[in-house]
Amino acid sequence: MAGKTLYDKLWDTHLVCQQDDGSALIYIDRQLLHEVTSPQAFEGLRLAKRKPWRLDTNLATPDHNVPTTYDERQLGVDGITDPVSKIQVTTLDDNCDEFGIVEFKMQDLRQGIVHVVGPEQGATLPGMTVVCGDSHTATHGAFGALAHGIGTSEVEHVLATQCLIAKKMKNMLVRVDGQLGVGVTAKDVVLAIIGKIGTAGGNGCAIEFGGEVIRQLSIEGRMTICNMAIEAGARVGLVAVDDTTVEYVKGRPFAPKGEHWDMAVRAWAELHSDADAQFDKVVMLDGTQIQPQVSWGTSPEMVVAIDALVPDPAAEVDSGKRQGIERALQYMGLKPNQPITSIQLDRVFIGSCTNSRIEDLRAAAAVVKGRKVAATLKQALVVPGSGLVKQQAELEGLDKIFIEAGLEWREPGCSMCLAMNADKLGQGEHCASTSNRNFEGRQGFGGRTHLVSPAMAAAAAIAGRFVDVREMMGQGE
Amino acid sequence: MKKFIQHQGIAAPMDRANIDTDMIIPKQFLKSIKRSGFGPNLFDELRYLDEGQPDQDCSARPLNPDFVLNQARYQGCSILLARDNFGCGSSREHAPWALEDFGIRAVIAPSYADIFFNNCFKNGLLPIILTDAQVEQLFVEVQSNEGAQLTIDLQRQVVIHAGGSEMHFEIDGFRKHCLLNGLDDIGLTLEHAEAIRDYEAKRAVDAPWLFPSA
Repeated sequence: MAGKTLYDKLWDTHLVCQQDDGSALIYIDRQLLHEVTSPQAFEGLRLAKRKPWRLDTNLATPDHNVPTTYDERQLGVDGITDPVSKIQVTTLDDNCDEFGIVEFKMQDLRQGIVHVVGPEQGATLPGMTVVCGDSHTATHGAFGALAHGIGTSEVEHVLATQCLIAKKMKNMLVRVDGQLGVGVTAKDVVLAIIGKIGTAGGNGCAIEFGGEVIRQLSIEGRMTICNMAIEAGARVGLVAVDDTTVEYVKGRPFAPKGEHWDMAVRAWAELHSDADAQFDKVVMLDGTQIQPQVSWGTSPEMVVAIDALVPDPAAEVDSGKRQGIERALQYMGLKPNQPITSIQLDRVFIGSCTNSRIEDLRAAAAVVKGRKVAATLKQALVVPGSGLVKQQAELEGLDKIFIEAGLEWREPGCSMCLAMNADKLGQGEHCASTSNRNFEGRQGFGGRTHLVSPAMAAAAAIAGRFVDVREMMGQGE
Repeated sequence: MKKFIQHQGIAAPMDRANIDTDMIIPKQFLKSIKRSGFGPNLFDELRYLDEGQPDQDCSARPLNPDFVLNQARYQGCSILLARDNFGCGSSREHAPWALEDFGIRAVIAPSYADIFFNNCFKNGLLPIILTDAQVEQLFVEVQSNEGAQLTIDLQRQVVIHAGGSEMHFEIDGFRKHCLLNGLDDIGLTLEHAEAIRDYEAKRAVDAPWLFPSA
């Protein structure tokens, strides 16, 4: 019999019961909650007079529409000027208080983006099943955890039953071999993967990311890769557990201690695909060939290397794809064959659940240190992923580097990734963004998003247009 | 949940692949803490020429005349025809809520994003998968016959189109059962409460660190 994939193992250890038609109940070890996709779930519980099945598996924090300016944050929930956002954050607080769920409220140092907070607290552990009413829950797969983004009805279902109704997905392996060049990061790797397999390339699959490049990445880098599995259509992204994973988890507040720690580490050693495991799909990339990436269109698959040109629809033979390119170019205000480096920028955003961790901020700070943001930019924002990331960055003096270079240093939250708070693009504005989606209107009505790594966003902030960050490395202060 | 047994209605053709959930319902409308009322803002950025705000009266807003749902012939439509990878992106269940609130009962496309597909079934909305060629045929028929209606028979798993011809579609048995009977998932799952408790008891022995309060 063929060996098991990591996904097979995680599925098997969480299977509660299997139905004849292939659907199954799988047990959920951790649910993360935020203000946008939970209010209707709590309301559903109340209407049906149901109680959460197991309180200690839930952890909540507001992130999507909290303000990120210092002044607004000093007043707590009262500082939220948008009355509709305020109701949503207050509702999360009230629901967590009523049901007895642990919440890191807005004023708590541990508050932040759910996908930054969970791992940072050790609330995400290898071998767990993790769910959250957010598609970027795939992030937690970086720990060898089976993490699903779910809808609000499923949030309610997990609260009430501790289970998710699921159907086993197909196994897909994306292997990135070789070595990354200097200035090429996890974000470039995942953008290159999506560029290769497309936004529907992983539909119906759990993608395991493997190969030398992935093995050498830090946990932060692996989270960036798994985070964007959904942008390739896969609800689940995974990386096998190794020493890097165990080192990261050790000593975190929610991590097991003492005897349980030793037991857990022994169990986690099994969390990798067996050598003879069979995958339904395998995609290989040569990491050595990956260049810094920039998205030019309105779907994450519309991405090219920094030294490339904006595509010419005339060169596309498939009529559906040609129309897609034409529509994207029109929305983005770009011309065919225009060099990527000629795209002038209005704003820069460094943050989001994809790239707001300490390593991301260090990479951006290293580029802007001793330099100044281009005078043509309207705004360059740095939004740390959590209060603890912010604190760490300030201990290292990164905040001063950003501020001296002319970037704004903000309070933690999702911010301009989806523009539910006041941080947004104006119509027609181009933004170099370290977030995950460049859909039409994502960062603001009529806004034009270009997805890049933190280092590339920092370089773009200095130049006012896209530049190859490698040209700026080692030339600064 | 609303039952879905049989449905007849006008199908609106949205000739575009990768329609994402940000497009179906933009972020500013996700601030609501209710499940209803999203219909007027369905496809807001495509449907109107101005930028929509939550709680705004949409009746006076300028409509985009080129957008399919604004065209006279598709008024009252209750079926959406679309291309590949419909519903990609964000997990927001506000997308099926907005479709349902607008009056859409079924979507027909060659493929869907996984989370959106799943969310539809929780809301009495039927996402039907047909082949590229079948979807293309429906696009041609709907665009060339004003007022033409499609009939969906879930029990028999068919889409009945021009001249009474039928296209068969596949659907999981459990999902079909729930839609036909308007069943609530949670109630069904709680029938397995004993199995869930048995699982927990065994798991707590193998992985006690996952049960810190035990």
